[in-house]
Amino acid sequence: MNDVLSPPAHHSDLAEVPLKPLGKVLAVTSGKGGVGKTFVSANLAAALAKRGHKVLVLDADLGLANLDVVLNLYPKITLHDVFTGKAKLEDAILPAPGGFSVLLAGSGMVEYSRLTSEVRSEFLRVMNTLVPNYDVVILDTGAGISDVVLFAVSLASEVLMVATPEPTSLTDAYATIKVLVGQQQRQTIRVIINQATRPGSGAAITNQLQQVLDRFVVAGLNQPIRLVHMGDIPLDPEVRQAIMRRQLMMQATPGCPAGVALGQIARNLEESVIPRPA
Amino acid sequence: MKSTLAPPSPSLIDLPDLQLDDARALLAHDARNGQPQHDESPTDYLQRVIDSLCELSLKDPLTGLGNRRHFHAALVRQIESVARSGESVLLLLLDIDHFKNINDTHGHLAGDQVLRAIGHCLARCVRPVDTVARYGGEEFAIILPNCRPLFGRTLAERIRQAVSDLCVQVSPLLNIQATISIGGAYAPEWVRSTPELWIERADTQLYRAKSNGRNQACIDQPQELSVSAEEKGLLYSHLAADEANPFEFGPGNVTNRVNA
Ligand SMILES: Nc1ncnc2c1ncn2[C@@H]1O[C@H](COP(=O)(O)OP(=O)(O)O)[C@@H](O)[C@H]1O
Ligand SMILES: [Mg+2]
Repeated sequence: MNDVLSPPAHHSDLAEVPLKPLGKVLAVTSGKGGVGKTFVSANLAAALAKRGHKVLVLDADLGLANLDVVLNLYPKITLHDVFTGKAKLEDAILPAPGGFSVLLAGSGMVEYSRLTSEVRSEFLRVMNTLVPNYDVVILDTGAGISDVVLFAVSLASEVLMVATPEPTSLTDAYATIKVLVGQQQRQTIRVIINQATRPGSGAAITNQLQQVLDRFVVAGLNQPIRLVHMGDIPLDPEVRQAIMRRQLMMQATPGCPAGVALGQIARNLEESVIPRPA
Repeated sequence: MKSTLAPPSPSLIDLPDLQLDDARALLAHDARNGQPQHDESPTDYLQRVIDSLCELSLKDPLTGLGNRRHFHAALVRQIESVARSGESVLLLLLDIDHFKNINDTHGHLAGDQVLRAIGHCLARCVRPVDTVARYGGEEFAIILPNCRPLFGRTLAERIRQAVSDLCVQVSPLLNIQATISIGGAYAPEWVRSTPELWIERADTQLYRAKSNGRNQACIDQPQELSVSAEEKGLLYSHLAADEANPFEFGPGNVTNRVNA
């Protein structure tokens, strides 16, 4: 277990957050794939935009991006063109349905699914330019603990860990939290339980994760780790239907159970991490 | 064309018109029957010829292992599966040490025998789900789906050992012993990588193994997400509670269970 907690040498320089604290950067991440990171990123952005925040979502899942599908946007210019110097950053930022801005990865980004020094410096450059211009920047990251995911997460002021109640998803979320605590000295991780089958069950799951962490991880550290339950999103057929219709759920059916839940999470974020818009 | 003028046959194909000689010869060379069987319909026969040719096109004739094309197709399939399932898949590249010396000293026939013996040895070391292929001259590749990061090093070491224990008898008076160097890399989990990137990472490790003195295995080890059985037991206790009390479930319940 200690192996996981001691950062390998080449990761140690990632812990530093080289950003000016001008805006809030939320990394939406997960241990397992397919749990709803992209769905949460896009719809939370819409919920925050509706509440008056200026929001940008950056497709930071360089290996398995699907934000374009969720937003039904297939632009000519993407982050890939910015990384390769073919386009200017401003030209890759698009208005998304739902009233926020988006920067899509583009299919060529697989090449960047490894954290080379170029990827790192391009990523940093992009973030440093973007962050001052928005109230909130949401990073839709990949799953797991690959170096690119950990790097993207290291750039965020807040981590939103998405998990489903499934055992595999919880195990992977727990393992990822251990790595984040060990490598990035994160003390607070915010948890969203997606695809919850019963109201209220999410808080119990977060509580459970907290207890396992306290017993097996915190005991060996000299600081506490706090998991903050940000809310549950129910399993809702409208989510899939919106995707099939190529619409953003928060725009098409904001009143559906998942939409209401995301609205509540946006409010919870406002109370804890994002200043209310002026 | 002739076939359109021919009287309508039960099959669309007029077999004698097809130029199947080369195909037959290829199959015969591989000790397969390229001739139509007497009870076989023309369609079945053609299907059999096509299937056999497809199989041949994926096989390395010398070792009987998969060839480079087969290897590439398998690699692409694994990349898809890793991207969707996050499974741990290990790619090993294996290169016979000082193979040129074997060829130069004992001749190409001896070299071929060594290649064949090592190929068989590799195939024996792995599971049926694994793909063993001859990647190039004296280079082999193995794809191991569902291979936990914890086992990769042990496995590569076992393969290296098995090959170095091998004694290839190329003539009554000559036994050749060869060793291999192994480089390995796991596919990045939850990422749709490319065959080139993955091979490149394994190749870097192979280069490391060679420059460290050969006859060794180097693996690009991913971080292991280690969660003990004890941790899992505690993590899943909400599920037990869930099943026991499907309608009265709250944080309080879980806490009681854990502390009990
Ligand atoms: N709350 C939900 N209710 C129903 N289906 C959901 C919900 N959240 C996610 N999904 C389904 O799960 C799929 C995967 O979600 P996605 O956001 O693409 O996952 P990730 O980005 O984590 O890989 C979506 O296509 C959607 O159909
Ligand atoms: Mg996604």
